[in-house]
Amino acid sequence: MPGVKDKVAIIGMGCTKFDEHWDKDVKDLMIDACWEAFEDSGVDPKDIQAAWWSTMWNGDLGRSLAYPLKLGFIPITRVENRCASGMDALRNAYYAIAAGAYDLVLVCGAEKLKDIGMPSPGGDPSTPYTSRVDPTYFPVACFAQLAQRYFYHWDTPLEKGKEILARIAVKNHHNGSLNPKAQFQREITLEQAMNAPIISYPLGLYDACGVTDGAAAAILCRADLAKNFRDDYILVKGEGMACGHYQAEIEDDWEGYYIEENVQASKLAYQEAGIKDPRKELDLAIVHDCFTITELTIYEDLGFSPRGKGPEDVEAGIFSLEGELPVNTDGGLKCFGHPIGASGIRMTYEVYKQLQGKAGPRQVRIKSGLGLAHTFGGTPIDSGTGAISVLGCRD
Amino acid sequence: MAGIISYGAYIPKWRMSRELLRRGLRGEKAVAGPDEDSVTMAVAAVRDCLNGVKPETIDGLFFASTTAPYKEKQIATIVAAAADFRRDILTADFANSLRAGTTALKAAIDAVKAGSAKKLMVVAADSRLGFPGSELEADLGDGAAAFLLGEDGAAVNVEASHSVSNELIDIWRTEEDKFVRVWEDRFIQTQGYLKVVPEAIGGLLDKSGWTLKDFSKFVTYAPNPRRAGELARRLGFDPKSQLQDPLYELMGNTGTAYSLMLLIAALEEAKAGDRLLLASYGNGSDTFALQVTETLEEIKPNRRGIKGHLESKRLIPDYATYLKWRKLMPQGMIIDKLYYWTYPSAPPIYRERQRIYPLHGSKCKSCGTVQYPPQRVCTKCHVKDNFEEVRLSDRKGTLHSFSREFVSGELVGLVNFEGGGRIWCNITDVAYEELEIGMPLEMSFREVVYDLGIHDYFWKAIPVRA
Repeated sequence: MPGVKDKVAIIGMGCTKFDEHWDKDVKDLMIDACWEAFEDSGVDPKDIQAAWWSTMWNGDLGRSLAYPLKLGFIPITRVENRCASGMDALRNAYYAIAAGAYDLVLVCGAEKLKDIGMPSPGGDPSTPYTSRVDPTYFPVACFAQLAQRYFYHWDTPLEKGKEILARIAVKNHHNGSLNPKAQFQREITLEQAMNAPIISYPLGLYDACGVTDGAAAAILCRADLAKNFRDDYILVKGEGMACGHYQAEIEDDWEGYYIEENVQASKLAYQEAGIKDPRKELDLAIVHDCFTITELTIYEDLGFSPRGKGPEDVEAGIFSLEGELPVNTDGGLKCFGHPIGASGIRMTYEVYKQLQGKAGPRQVRIKSGLGLAHTFGGTPIDSGTGAISVLGCRD
Repeated sequence: MAGIISYGAYIPKWRMSRELLRRGLRGEKAVAGPDEDSVTMAVAAVRDCLNGVKPETIDGLFFASTTAPYKEKQIATIVAAAADFRRDILTADFANSLRAGTTALKAAIDAVKAGSAKKLMVVAADSRLGFPGSELEADLGDGAAAFLLGEDGAAVNVEASHSVSNELIDIWRTEEDKFVRVWEDRFIQTQGYLKVVPEAIGGLLDKSGWTLKDFSKFVTYAPNPRRAGELARRLGFDPKSQLQDPLYELMGNTGTAYSLMLLIAALEEAKAGDRLLLASYGNGSDTFALQVTETLEEIKPNRRGIKGHLESKRLIPDYATYLKWRKLMPQGMIIDKLYYWTYPSAPPIYRERQRIYPLHGSKCKSCGTVQYPPQRVCTKCHVKDNFEEVRLSDRKGTLHSFSREFVSGELVGLVNFEGGGRIWCNITDVAYEELEIGMPLEMSFREVVYDLGIHDYFWKAIPVRA
């Protein structure tokens, strides 16, 4: 059966500190992330046969990666799929290796947001000249409506809804406090989160991720060659991606209290990885908490919680470091911020480190040896891209 | 006999208490919202006028204003497109004078009489600015009036008309001026308004054979309420019973649209057989002898007109808001330029004209699903290129979800149309706190952005105006 399961291994990864890097440009961040991956894997840059690189704002063609790294005349593809760009770059590399086209490839994602100060300005960066009549908006305006529809659908009182979201923020901030690469490494209290200034009602400051610079990188090879590089390589067990078609905007019966792209992407990934009950079978999940409401709906969309039961599971601590299924053990987008093209690879980096048992004070217990990384690009009020990688320990 | 077969008006929801300008000043003036101008107000008035009339039956549109947002580029075409008129029609802009509206009315009546058009729409709109701190600033209000002229079934017959042309420098604006200039009051009133309007009315009486006693109402442009009263008295009208209230304390002097808006206010109170004298002023005067027919009663209940629009209002909180809306405060924080970096471009506006101006969506001929923006492949049944266009601008809707954009402060949401279809659009003329899921909304034509010298117009949702 075609697919990537057990055909691709991750043998090295790198991730910069996600931060306000006023004194580094995107090329510096790419060099830092890639060299950590080279050193982690022991691979010499000149042995890389092909590369994929993801960014939304900070580069154009393949040369944008070749230039800082001085990769010599190899094929390089730039991948752009909004916030899912990094995960999609990995996915393309998985298939190139699974197809037998290459043995050893590099994937790098990077974004430098602090030069503009915002994650995703209104409008489509690829077509700045349009009729310009449709609303321009930041993602938060759409995710605020996801929260509104979620609370409306499940008849959740606003205070209660705010509290559930705040609990997610508190959890992720706790995890981030244990992570030296996170932008925010401070704990917050429930009261702080609930009483923070509103950004787009009902979402407040601590419901939103930060605006950050960062880069992450991965080196992949054919699974049968992985042991030549290291013993504790990590295998790709499955992937899934699903793109929406503006369904929430053009279909008047679209409710908008969950994200169908995430449901569909997870079905594909679970099928390939052979996962029947993700809540029981996964040791951890790193998911796209661009806003706390996104993480809440992801619990349900990815089958961690039954529909409408996410809030109960939040209150029961299911997704904390010590819980049944730890989610966003590294602090998530909440504490890392969201340098768009880098995020999917940063999430994969955390799964990779956790499965290797190298996550330090935030290490979770590895039982099944399966971890999941998920990103969602776009917004729930028009549509987007859900993308998932399932990684596993070697046998 | 050629006459007025329908009327419509528009007054912005926003009013400014004159107290915000100077303590002791009376009443309120109507103020266009930050996304409104003479074009958008004209569209609203035309839609009020059309209520029940098929737009494809209209043979032409005359737009009149002294505050057209373009110096070179027709406005009537924008209004006609937004109102979904046919392409094989006559359109023209009448400009540069406070009587441009009545002159357009006269031209339209003549065209209908001559048989060159069966139905002609005339719309006048203005949003003039007085110098900050000036008396004029307090006097001026914003608004629009529309009349549909036709050969048959007139609600108001135009019995006679007479015009006077008068060269005088009394009220003007040069190409560089943002604010209206006026000469010293005594000169302009005695040698202008109070002299020229009676001259024109004299001519009208001669032509019609009617006398002042024949008129139940005298409807006139009024520089201010005092001067209108003075004019009425000089003519021999009883200001109390015969002069149409200039609505100074409710909306102010709405420029080119003013006398026509006051005519609508008079019609709202008129009954069959009533005779009205309409007079405008601005480098001369146009006057009309009008007689109301039975048909007026059929129109009245279906028009928001002046009364309906006056009742539905919100107050501007402070003068700074007014200055900001009229772009009289420094604009363009760096943050705006950084964050909203998409620009209007003429070719896409051209390509998408049917979905932009008349807000056409597509309805799948296979499964009946209405989709906006118009699609080529149906989102439900996936059939390709099997759609018919449907106009969504005149459909009511309900609010599905909403939020406030945190940088611009704009309200944005999903609106579900009655009869199917959904739009992702801005919501205006309302505060976030007043929005709720399921509330009824209607569409309103607004300026969504001004950039690269392009006034970019589109539809926004507003709470249904009473």
